[in-house]
Amino acid sequence: MSRIKLFPTCLASLLFPRAADAARRVLERAGFEVSTPRAAVCCGQPAWNSGHVEEARRVARGALAALRGEETVVLCSGSCTTMVSHYWPQLFEGTEHEDDARSVAARAREFSSFVAEATRDGDLGELRSPRAVAVAYHDSCHMLRGLGVSGAPRALLGRVAGLEVRELDAQERCCGFGGTFSLRYPELSSEMADEKVDDIAAHGVDEVVGSDLGCLMQIRGRAEARDVAIPCRYIAEVLDEAMDGSR
Amino acid sequence: MSLDYDYSSDFGERALVSLDQPKMRSAIKGAVEQQAVGRNAGLATLKDAPALREVAARIRDHNLSHLDGHLERLAETWEAAGGSVFFAADAAEARAYVLDVARSVDARTAVKSKSMVTEEIGLNRALSEAGVEPVETDLGQYIVQKAGEPPSHIVAPAIHKSKEDVAELFSTLAGRPLPNDAHELTDYARVLLRRHFLGAELGISGVNFGVADEGTLCLATNEGNGRMCTSMPRAHVAIMGMERVVWDFEQLAVLINLLARSNTGQKITQYTSLLHGPRRAGEPDGPEQSHLVILDNGRSNILGTRFHQALRCIRCGACLNVCPVFRQVGGYAYDPVYSGPIGAVITPLLKGTKEAGDLAHASTLCAACSEVCPVRIPLHDLLLYVRQEFARDGASGAERAAYRAWSHAWATPRRFALFVGAGRLLGWLARGRSLPKLPLPLLGRWTRGRRLPELPRGGGRRT
Repeated sequence: MSRIKLFPTCLASLLFPRAADAARRVLERAGFEVSTPRAAVCCGQPAWNSGHVEEARRVARGALAALRGEETVVLCSGSCTTMVSHYWPQLFEGTEHEDDARSVAARAREFSSFVAEATRDGDLGELRSPRAVAVAYHDSCHMLRGLGVSGAPRALLGRVAGLEVRELDAQERCCGFGGTFSLRYPELSSEMADEKVDDIAAHGVDEVVGSDLGCLMQIRGRAEARDVAIPCRYIAEVLDEAMDGSR
Repeated sequence: MSLDYDYSSDFGERALVSLDQPKMRSAIKGAVEQQAVGRNAGLATLKDAPALREVAARIRDHNLSHLDGHLERLAETWEAAGGSVFFAADAAEARAYVLDVARSVDARTAVKSKSMVTEEIGLNRALSEAGVEPVETDLGQYIVQKAGEPPSHIVAPAIHKSKEDVAELFSTLAGRPLPNDAHELTDYARVLLRRHFLGAELGISGVNFGVADEGTLCLATNEGNGRMCTSMPRAHVAIMGMERVVWDFEQLAVLINLLARSNTGQKITQYTSLLHGPRRAGEPDGPEQSHLVILDNGRSNILGTRFHQALRCIRCGACLNVCPVFRQVGGYAYDPVYSGPIGAVITPLLKGTKEAGDLAHASTLCAACSEVCPVRIPLHDLLLYVRQEFARDGASGAERAAYRAWSHAWATPRRFALFVGAGRLLGWLARGRSLPKLPLPLLGRWTRGRRLPELPRGGGRRT
């Protein structure tokens, strides 16, 4: 059985542990032996994206040490996967951790693209949504343009019986989260989220599924502030529930 | 409208001013969407757009790595064609040279073809102060000049104005009501501009590309006004950012193929002029003097640094048109000259990251800009690098302290567990309700617009 390391990411660890739990169960169902190293806390992106390199390195160092080895590293976020696979080699360039960073970068995989490639139809058992729902898949920017992944999560959702995936109008436009961007310019970020919320609402979907908890927090948080109900779920939770539905 | 923007404050303050102007915002959204759609359709008419963009990027890198040789050759060929060349180290030198030329022809009026580099050096004000009336002749630029505003988009200067806004403005100027009709409004400006073309002693333009080996300047316009500015007055001054040079017509052809397509989607602009010095004996038209001002103004500091790809830019405006931030706030929230993603990169590099580096935060790093750039500038990476400079020399002490504290708090799993534990406690206290609005200075503003997620029952970090 191949072993993988699951990196839940700080956001999942703090606020959305169910998302990471679901990812673990899906990976286990797919036949992997999953470990979740305690020291893999955060990839350092909040500081890195704000230009604070030293601080990003301080935080990322712990995760880097925890992810040494040979195993594939699966992350519950397209954004954090971009950070690890594209930016860690830069972040640790010229330090004693340079080689380790390159090694992890090469082994880092975003959850949905990893699962879509590592499994075939049926490998996760019969996938059935417990209720018939229409969902919109939200492309997060780092996943779409950083990793170039848009088909894999849709393919996974397509395997779930009873689920209809609808495309939004401005599918590729940013939801305005941008990590610390939303803290720096909260009102501007809200206006950006509003366009996404309106787009989603216009498509009459029951929920939004995504691969980045940050975007989902932004969309749901903004929708609720406007009294629009848009349930948001991390993609692994949908798959996990669909596995249950078939058990 | 632009008067409400305070350029001594930061991007965040100016963005709030923009957010308060629904009419302007809807004009901008409509226009950028139309252009972005046009861009996609325009590129689709190429046989292999991605390959051509790759070639364009390589051409621009080649131009930049041979910049001294290219510029030397351009000066030589332009002079051989009968023109004059002046290398301006900064804005003041460029302005002084233009004023000298203006004096030499006793200029009272200067007709101008739209040029962002003249905005960069503050040329219009210098001309006015010297008693030369600058008249913008690109329709969009004419509109903003008459409104007393700077351009709000590097290609479409009046993008923030609706047709109704223009009708109102022109009616005031005309002293009679003008209909809300694009043709009639254009005709109104056209008649006035014609008079200026005939009377002006000086013509001023930018340069889209200087073709080094040919002694030729390429100008891309859609209204024919550029051709009038460069051929009717006695003297013509072209002002070119030093990076806007290519070697030969073959390279020019690649870039021209991408320039208009990336902006409006046109295969080529209505008028693509190739200028080759002043009027020669026996020629019926053209200026007596042709001056080329090659402007540095901070550009050479970018050469050879990790920011050098920013100098590939051909000013097509595609990155502005797809930027999710620009569409909300428009150009005025940035620097009044170069806005959008490319502006957020080059303005801090030209003006100093300490002073203007906060502009680089005017992005979610969504990379839509990098995706459409015809010369493949990795804009989102350059924004990140500008942020790194800004974190060192421009960020507040409070911001630096906050990141330092955060980095220590999350540096070890044990310390991080304290946060998970605190979350568990708060979650138990809140019992499934979302957190109350927080009276913290930063989070307060954040929570005003959005509901915080429920804290997980039983706390975080399982698995």
